[in-house]
Amino acid sequence: MNRLAQIFVKESILVPVVAIILGLVTGAVAMLAGGFDPLLAYQSLLKKVFGDLYNFGETIRQITPLIFTGLSVAFAFRTGLFNIGAEGQFIMGMVASVYVGVMVDLPFYLHAPLALIAGALAGGLWGAIAGWLKAFRGVHEVITTIMLNWTALYFCNYILNTFLVPKGQQRSEEIKETAYISVQWLSEMFGNARLHWGTLLALVAAVVFYVLLWKTKTGFELRAVGFNPHASEYAGMNVNRNVINAMLIGGLFAGLGGACEVLGVFHYQAILSAMPGYGFDGIAVALIGGNTAIGVILGAILFGVLTYGAAGMNFGAGVPVELIRVVIASVIFFVAAHGIVKYILKPLLSRKKEKEVL
Amino acid sequence: MKKFLSLLSAATLSLSLLLSGCGTGNTTQPAENGGNAQQPAPSEGGQAEKAQLRVGMVTDVGGINDNSFNQSAWEGLQQLEKDLGVTVRALESTGDSQYIPNLNQFVKDGWDLTWGIGFLMGDHVKQVATENPDAKLAIIDAVVEAPNVASVVFKEHEGSFLVGVVAALMSKSDKVGFVGGMDIPVIKRFEAGFKAGVKAAKPDMKVVTIYTGAFDKPDLGKSAASQIYGQGADIIFHASGQTGDGVFNEARARKDKGEDVWVIGVDKDQSLTFGKEITLTSMVKRVDEAVYRVSKDLAEGKWEGGKPVALGLKENGVGLPETSKETVPEEILKKVEEFKEKIIAGEITVPEEPTE
Repeated sequence: MNRLAQIFVKESILVPVVAIILGLVTGAVAMLAGGFDPLLAYQSLLKKVFGDLYNFGETIRQITPLIFTGLSVAFAFRTGLFNIGAEGQFIMGMVASVYVGVMVDLPFYLHAPLALIAGALAGGLWGAIAGWLKAFRGVHEVITTIMLNWTALYFCNYILNTFLVPKGQQRSEEIKETAYISVQWLSEMFGNARLHWGTLLALVAAVVFYVLLWKTKTGFELRAVGFNPHASEYAGMNVNRNVINAMLIGGLFAGLGGACEVLGVFHYQAILSAMPGYGFDGIAVALIGGNTAIGVILGAILFGVLTYGAAGMNFGAGVPVELIRVVIASVIFFVAAHGIVKYILKPLLSRKKEKEVL
Repeated sequence: MKKFLSLLSAATLSLSLLLSGCGTGNTTQPAENGGNAQQPAPSEGGQAEKAQLRVGMVTDVGGINDNSFNQSAWEGLQQLEKDLGVTVRALESTGDSQYIPNLNQFVKDGWDLTWGIGFLMGDHVKQVATENPDAKLAIIDAVVEAPNVASVVFKEHEGSFLVGVVAALMSKSDKVGFVGGMDIPVIKRFEAGFKAGVKAAKPDMKVVTIYTGAFDKPDLGKSAASQIYGQGADIIFHASGQTGDGVFNEARARKDKGEDVWVIGVDKDQSLTFGKEITLTSMVKRVDEAVYRVSKDLAEGKWEGGKPVALGLKENGVGLPETSKETVPEEILKKVEEFKEKIIAGEITVPEEPTE
């Protein structure tokens, strides 16, 4: 049994690593075909991310919302639900927290927490709508969450236009300083990179994710429903309630991510002409991370580094943004299609096993 | 477990190698920059000194191939590179959160001038300029009040007035259309000027206006155009960046079916991109000229930050392209020229905000 677990751990690390390498190689081929130097490109990517403190700080800023949305998608996935709606929940979190941030007057020890809670709740309730529709009306959550994304986008723009945006502007007023969750001294240390408490919150959220799913009765039920809803129901669990709970908690994570982005990074909310994309990237992050807490953090780091470093590739090696998307996409492709990776690895692994037997 | 550990250590080893590799690459870089930054601003010096000058630009979400002002700005910089041997580079932004890091990429790297292209970047340019008082920045389409920022705005309403006149005189129906990107002051100036121009030439003419809310959504532009043409208008003036590509698509589709529709382009001479069969004329904003001029001023030591510059018909900052001669009859162009003289002379004041 011990040995089995060992192999499982080893493989589960090996497969994503190989997938990432395969993705990078495919990206390199694409760059070569486009007439760019892939080595220089990857070098400038690393230089962009690790080259100086400012950019390193900004990379952390980029990673933070991805942890939140990754957790959101992963949480629902553990209950057998495919939450494509992290995007919409994220947007709802943004708009709720910016509303509280601008409209409410409170001392800082109440204002910032209240804005965060408002964001989380808005995201959670937005997710719960899809959960409710699934539980009591049987509407598939993929359909509803996709539709709710658009609803959230335009609802958010409506709220902004009606209440928060001064005339002739395309963004809301600044939130009050009492609602900031930026860490001034840390930002200054990192050359004014926009660092904020949200990063810490994201890590805490990952711990909560783990404890809730694996150490509590609720979590056991949630996972049981994910494995087999019929068996769970037979065992006396309330499947419908668990579906709603899963979407609610998933939405909380995404909403909190949106709140942190507003309160920590922008301090305002621009009218969105398109979705910010963190929720969709969260799907990839959850996928890369195998829907585990640690995996999501690692996946978010990979994704954040690639996305943020992309500007470095553009700057240092002249690789156009479109081609960088190809690199990122091929990494996701190989992580998602890990069957291919396993197929490639199989001969290697089996040879190793033979040796072990001998 | 042992195996796992060895794998882990191998991984860390290779990673640290990689990192140290990039670390060394990095140490040489700041030295170069330092040397560059310390160099005094080239006054009336020789070519060699000017060659050291580095000018960067950051696009907004439209990207560098937007057939619009980002592309125009980039062409201005490329011209600068050709003429003065200045090093130029552009960074494309894919989202709101990237403006500041992209601007900082140039600023922290010690580039001599960093352009932010577009109204959307106003706050970000301001923030970066305040944080780095020694850096020089410049912005198009917005006024940033900081001593180290050169702001260039255009009197779009004046140029739009002229294309409004063209649209009114060329239209065979009683309606023309306007497709806007976001509902922001710059675009409002286009709308106001266009409407005033139409009214000046034909007081009874109606203008159908649609704001798509985006500069990067050709599909929205196409549906907006379809709506306006569907209401009986035959000429659309668009001021919507890449969204306008959709307007041209719709016009092309209708033209192929035999309908007599036109589009008036914006920012650049768009007949060069979309063809003279559908492009009646364009409200050209000489973003390239502005970028070129301000950057050249820097190269010649005549840099002036903190003072916003507004370029209108008089300064040749806006206007119609030469190619319009092939699509617009001469007597109409003569009429346009008359209006132009009147605006320059101050006999007509074009409103900056739509009156309705």
